[in-house]
Amino acid sequence: MSSPRSLPRLDPDNRFFWTSGEDGKLRFLQCQDCTTFLHPPRPICFNCLSENVAPSVVPGTGVVDTFTINHQKWSPAMEVPFVIARVAIDGAPGVFLTTNIIDCPVNEVEIGDKVEVSFLHQDDVWLPLFRKVG
Amino acid sequence: MASKDAYITGIGQSQVGQKLTRHPLLLTMDAIREALDDSGLSLADIDGISTYPGKMSGYLGFSPLGAEDLIDALHLKVRWYNGGMETSAQLGAVATAAAAVKAGLARHVICFRTVYEAAAMARPQDYPMSRGARVEAGSQWTAPFNATSAVTWVAQYAMRHVKKYGMTREQLAQISLTDRKNALLNPRALVREPLTLEQYMEARLIAEPMCLFDCDRFSDASTVLIVSAGDALGEVKATPIRIAASAYRSERHSWDQTEFMASYPTGAELWKHTDYKPKDVDTVQLYDGFAFLALTWLEGLGFCGVGEGGKFIEGGHRIALDGELPLNTFGGQIGAGRLHGFGFAHESVVQLRGQGGARQIKGAPKVAVAASGGGPLASVLLLARD
Repeated sequence: MSSPRSLPRLDPDNRFFWTSGEDGKLRFLQCQDCTTFLHPPRPICFNCLSENVAPSVVPGTGVVDTFTINHQKWSPAMEVPFVIARVAIDGAPGVFLTTNIIDCPVNEVEIGDKVEVSFLHQDDVWLPLFRKVG
Repeated sequence: MASKDAYITGIGQSQVGQKLTRHPLLLTMDAIREALDDSGLSLADIDGISTYPGKMSGYLGFSPLGAEDLIDALHLKVRWYNGGMETSAQLGAVATAAAAVKAGLARHVICFRTVYEAAAMARPQDYPMSRGARVEAGSQWTAPFNATSAVTWVAQYAMRHVKKYGMTREQLAQISLTDRKNALLNPRALVREPLTLEQYMEARLIAEPMCLFDCDRFSDASTVLIVSAGDALGEVKATPIRIAASAYRSERHSWDQTEFMASYPTGAELWKHTDYKPKDVDTVQLYDGFAFLALTWLEGLGFCGVGEGGKFIEGGHRIALDGELPLNTFGGQIGAGRLHGFGFAHESVVQLRGQGGARQIKGAPKVAVAASGGGPLASVLLLARD
């Protein structure tokens, strides 16, 4: 899908996340004291209030929690239809990502599908998209 | 009748249209004049203002007017005012006004919501939307994936209902069909053409399972509610409607990090603040910016179980004007226009006063629920005629 995408403005909180794909790995912020994952990233752990938080690599796989097939062109150059999904991230309990499921027909996505990350590099950002595995 | 409760003592609404040229301050004045006439109060009696979401300079169509604009333009002498987006949905502004009059901070509060989205889209040179080259804050987690519209976020919750609970499009259709049918009886409704189930089923899909007719339409309008202190009721002439309870709950603000929308915990919270039960409610006016949101409110408020909403509204008889739980009797936002939350409280008052005309529900209703918001935003009012 070659639709134009809005890119995030990088800041001290989110830069690690949006550039994580540079080495092909997906990272989320994790409390280094109690191991809780934090997303969106903020400099304190909601669970134990520790400020000792840092990005941790996760396996890069996940499960489709829910999804929609988008048919509406939200901009003239947008190619439709495409799948927007909410993916439960393996290895980071309680963390979800809104993303796209790519490289498969839109009507072949189901809740519960196993997926893996596939980064789309645009400008200084690596967008974590997902594709089905198996 | 001196009471420590808060009451809605006046309601008003401007014309509802698209691409209106009347200035948004003047649209707001139209609604204020109507509400003041209704209540018997004058502007000099008003000592509080509450609005949602306050003026948004970067997105004037969404909110062209704030509390401070109104105070300054009319030289109002207020003792309390409030306007901000960081509260739980549109009717949070009314719930907060109720708390203020109960605390003695004000006696008569004008609560308003003015929308100008259709006009702003038609005249972007006058009402520009400022957009940076990059997205930030909450948008960064959705916009890069072309999940730019809230419909794509709501659709994912709706899809879970389809897959997990077996909700069908024919069931979901009943929200829009009911709205559109009721709108035919509302002279101020924006959309006044009939809609059939066949048309709904053949409609263009926007984000599955939601189609074009599951979405409200941008409108230009102002809606006003006057909230008064219980010990000030002697000053008003309209039948006062008591704000018997209100609730809003926020757990996560991220649209995509929660299992359930805030309508569920907020619906449950409401019943902790009142002796009324769901079975006591005569009509429900539930936020339907997207049709599925109204269904989540039916479940969240306990009118049916979680996942049972599709079955509950099946066939539409239960939620019809002459059904056991009439829904969105003015047409909701899908039929009456995107009044953005305040229309639901306005209509609750109309029905409880018996002023619905052709759309008045039978049996002298005593209790209504007005709910606003979707996703992580939710606020609800329980309104009663004593």
